[in-house]
Amino acid sequence: MTVAQLATTVTTQVYRVYIKATPERIWDAITKPEWTARYGYTGLADYDLRPGGAYKVRPTDQFRAEAAAKGHELPDVVIEGEVLEADPPRKLVTTFHMLMDPQIAAEGTTVITHEIKELPDGVCSLTLTHELEGAPTLALIVGGRLEDQGAGGGHAWVLSDLKTLLETGKTFAE
Amino acid sequence: MTDDDRVFKALADPTRRFLLDLLFARDGRTLTELESELEMTRFGVMKHLKVLEEAGLVVTRRSGREKLHFLNPVPIRLIHDRWIDKYTERQVTALVDLKAELESES
Repeated sequence: MTVAQLATTVTTQVYRVYIKATPERIWDAITKPEWTARYGYTGLADYDLRPGGAYKVRPTDQFRAEAAAKGHELPDVVIEGEVLEADPPRKLVTTFHMLMDPQIAAEGTTVITHEIKELPDGVCSLTLTHELEGAPTLALIVGGRLEDQGAGGGHAWVLSDLKTLLETGKTFAE
Repeated sequence: MTDDDRVFKALADPTRRFLLDLLFARDGRTLTELESELEMTRFGVMKHLKVLEEAGLVVTRRSGREKLHFLNPVPIRLIHDRWIDKYTERQVTALVDLKAELESES
């Protein structure tokens, strides 16, 4: 499927994972850099958790070194956004603008909603909704469809890794 | 039944795999849209979608008056990461290395 075809069809992606953890631990794992550095793309998240607050993700030194080895100079901030709604530990809505690559940075700003729901037996569902209107390349990346080109497995991969980290104390890579 | 059992059971049926393929090609569809692609009653399609939802492979979301169905790839990713990766990763890496080596020689 080409980018142009996807642009006219898929504009929202929805992901859900069930995690045996408290809502507070899941919230921390999404919002605190000491957690976000350990799973998925391993960026250092920095949220000012109030409406209008800034959201930034900076690369770790290791990530920066790995990118440099492949000939990519990473910017100091790889993801930039704004907090639209923060209701800990239940709901977080932010804008999301990826700056790692000029082609993707030229696409529009997208919106990510994280929702945590407490279920019986100490289990929570975490639902991630990404509204991707006007961002077809980013949609391919977060949809995991460019994984064989080294773009990582997108949200499904990140959430799978997050579940493993919270339930076992270790990620796949650790 | 564990989460993995539900996913494998859901994937064991060709109609349900077809429904997932439809959503992979174009996500966020209504029951009516999905039904039009299948030689099956509306009730039959609903039953299959329910099994997919219970396995977490389909997530629904309201948009105005419509209920849209989205493919949720996370359960398949979990199975991939936990069960398949550990058996295949080394071999695949070896193949990629071999391919790179052969191509650099020619």
